[in-house]
Amino acid sequence: MTSESGGSEALRLELQGITKIYPSVIANEDVSLSVKKGEIHAVLGENGAGKSTLMKMIYGVTRPDAGKMKWEGEVVHVENPAHARSLGIGMVFQHFSLFETLNVVENVALGLPGNPDLNQLAEQIVEVSNRYGLPVDPQRLVHALSVGERQRVEIVRCLLQNPKLLIMDEPTSVLTPQAVRKLFDTLRQLAEEGCSILYISHKLDEIQELCHVATVLRDGKVTGDCIPSEETPKSMASLMIGKELPVPEHNAPVELGEARLQLNRLNKKSDDPFGTDLQDIELEVRSGEILGIAGVSGNGQQELLYALSGEELVDDADSIVICGKASGRDNPDRRRVGGLGFVPEERLGRGAVPRMSLTENALLTAHHAGMLNHGMIKFDKIAEFARKCIAGFNVKCGGEEHAANSLSGGNLQKFIMGREILLAPKMLVVAQPTWGVDVGAAAFIRQELIDLRNQGTAILVISEELEELFEISDRIAVIANGRMSPAKNLADTNIDEIGLWMSGMWEQGAADGTEAQANA
Amino acid sequence: MEGSILSSILFATIVAGTPLIIVALGQLIAEKSGVLNLGAEGMMSMGAIAGFAISFETGSVWLGVLGGMAAGALMSYLFAVVVLTLMGNQVATGLALSILGVGLSAFIGKPYESEILPTIEAIRIPLLADIPIIGEPLFAQQSLVYFSWALFGAIVWFLYRSRPGLVLRAVGESPSSAHSIGYPVIRIRYMATIFGGAMAGIGGAFLSVFYTPLWVEGMVAGRGWIAIALVVFATWRPFRVMVGAYLFGGVMVAQLFVQGSGLEINIPSQFLSSLPYLATIIVLVIISRDQNTVRLNAPVSLGQPYRPDA
Repeated sequence: MTSESGGSEALRLELQGITKIYPSVIANEDVSLSVKKGEIHAVLGENGAGKSTLMKMIYGVTRPDAGKMKWEGEVVHVENPAHARSLGIGMVFQHFSLFETLNVVENVALGLPGNPDLNQLAEQIVEVSNRYGLPVDPQRLVHALSVGERQRVEIVRCLLQNPKLLIMDEPTSVLTPQAVRKLFDTLRQLAEEGCSILYISHKLDEIQELCHVATVLRDGKVTGDCIPSEETPKSMASLMIGKELPVPEHNAPVELGEARLQLNRLNKKSDDPFGTDLQDIELEVRSGEILGIAGVSGNGQQELLYALSGEELVDDADSIVICGKASGRDNPDRRRVGGLGFVPEERLGRGAVPRMSLTENALLTAHHAGMLNHGMIKFDKIAEFARKCIAGFNVKCGGEEHAANSLSGGNLQKFIMGREILLAPKMLVVAQPTWGVDVGAAAFIRQELIDLRNQGTAILVISEELEELFEISDRIAVIANGRMSPAKNLADTNIDEIGLWMSGMWEQGAADGTEAQANA
Repeated sequence: MEGSILSSILFATIVAGTPLIIVALGQLIAEKSGVLNLGAEGMMSMGAIAGFAISFETGSVWLGVLGGMAAGALMSYLFAVVVLTLMGNQVATGLALSILGVGLSAFIGKPYESEILPTIEAIRIPLLADIPIIGEPLFAQQSLVYFSWALFGAIVWFLYRSRPGLVLRAVGESPSSAHSIGYPVIRIRYMATIFGGAMAGIGGAFLSVFYTPLWVEGMVAGRGWIAIALVVFATWRPFRVMVGAYLFGGVMVAQLFVQGSGLEINIPSQFLSSLPYLATIIVLVIISRDQNTVRLNAPVSLGQPYRPDA
């Protein structure tokens, strides 16, 4: 992969002793790495290891406190992102830098130099997105796009600038396996054309498949360099987290009990003009099983979750039956009283109130569990509940009085999961349980879900991470274009089949009348 | 005869709505960048006294308008330093600015209390001004009325057609994203805030130099507040700002007409005087009910301080 002689001229980017200190934490300490022309270079590490900070310094969003950066052999001080872009550095952010009230073309235009003509740009976007299999409609408003679609916009925005170095921060978390393969083809093609790629990830298999070289970060420091194809996932994991990768205990099937959630021809028109309408969704989740729902984001998951949680009511009360009770017209609180637990995808703002303390956040869903005395809050009880949740679910935080937004994503997710699990729901709906969560916390959360199911809770997990669904689910179904596939036992299917279904093509195998109709 | 009454009501409506349009459009730009400046009342007051005093001393209307603009811009610069550089709370600082401006203008204006400026001639556009009924109101107006229309056109073009306008909307929507793709958020907010102040100053000068060419303490009479409310209830859209401003002007003129007509009605005049404020708010609340429009047009970061991490 590095056939040209590896002299220093061939180096596109070189970092020497980069250090960045924030008031409370050392984000990077003496980090050095070098990227050759046309090389796909992995930066591997857990959430919070300092990968994103390092990339932001390369892209000029923040500046290092110490250290040197060389670009094509010359020492540079990247002043700002525009400077970085003029050097030929492009970046796809993990937390998207998109503007919700603007449409796709406007968003792309904001990242380009000069004053591009928007109509012409729209054509370019369509062209690039087709070439790389990243379909986006340039006229759509970003707030109506799903997480996955937003990421495509970010990627297309970068590709339009013909970068010499492309930084990709966790790009695959929202793609189907087929789309990941296509993206990898694109990246390899870019690399062959001489573009260097910095690929940030915590997914070992992807790095092994794609990357030529890897630099591993832990707690802001480089813990090693390696050639992924010569390593095992185990050896890379130990570099990354300092111990072996925890694997959740395997799924021994539990005896199934009664149906806890039934969806009977659930139909719901989306309020959002760009949303997905739910069509005739049939589903059953029984006590003691985990049903996983796969799908590329933006195919009706949001609408389904709103309908399940009760944040939006459906017309027909009987189309959602929770623990035997027709609940389609019930508000979220009544559904919770009936035994429903709910963990939304957005932790801050929907799962928890960012500026409220953990205690107060615990009260939000636990107030039925004996926390109130004639409408007055029993503060000692609720604090005890919060402490129990923190201790029982390994939440790393300063204490139960700290604000929700002071926790890392993984710890907050553990807290929210813990809050719901401690309430002993009969039916638990979880969206994206481990999105943006570090490997250790993710394994912990999955194990908790499995334990809960072993105790007889019915669990519905909606996730865009197929590996995760295959790890924890008993049955798996796919949502595509607002319609739900039949659920399959895990043993009877595989990632390739589910991946295919994610593009809406399940009726070809088992075509029945209704689905053929839907195609007409 | 009927036609001429209609024509003069229309004429007066447009004149009464003009200062609101100018001030509200200025605030709209500031708010689109994410800065909520509640000091419009104070900036208008300072613009009014500066405009009047300079016109009176120099005898030049245009120096007066420029002076009013400078006074408003200076006030908003003070505001910007406190909230953008020193990260002060925008609401509290804005309220303080209003109180400061109203009080300071009264103090400066003492010597001018009983003075009067000459009435300014309207600019008649040949031929068009002779159209029955609408000719006079639309084409025989004072220069600042034409200015308010030009400002409206310029702001629509700027916000929705030009790249700087796109950048401005982006900054108001998500300053952190704008920063991460490389836009100078603080500098853009400074410029937007100062523009808003300058427009508030012109609006104030319009009142004291053109509308009623004299200085009275408290003559801004809550128009600064109405302008701020207009922007919010117009869901940050320039056209609705204009409609709201003329609605206010229309009810203002109508109630003056009723009060002045000598009709025997048993409604307290104070209630009639409050009608324009009431009617404008009610109508705008009704048209701003649509959550989707609000979501699409409201600057998400409005009123929140932003400090880029260096």
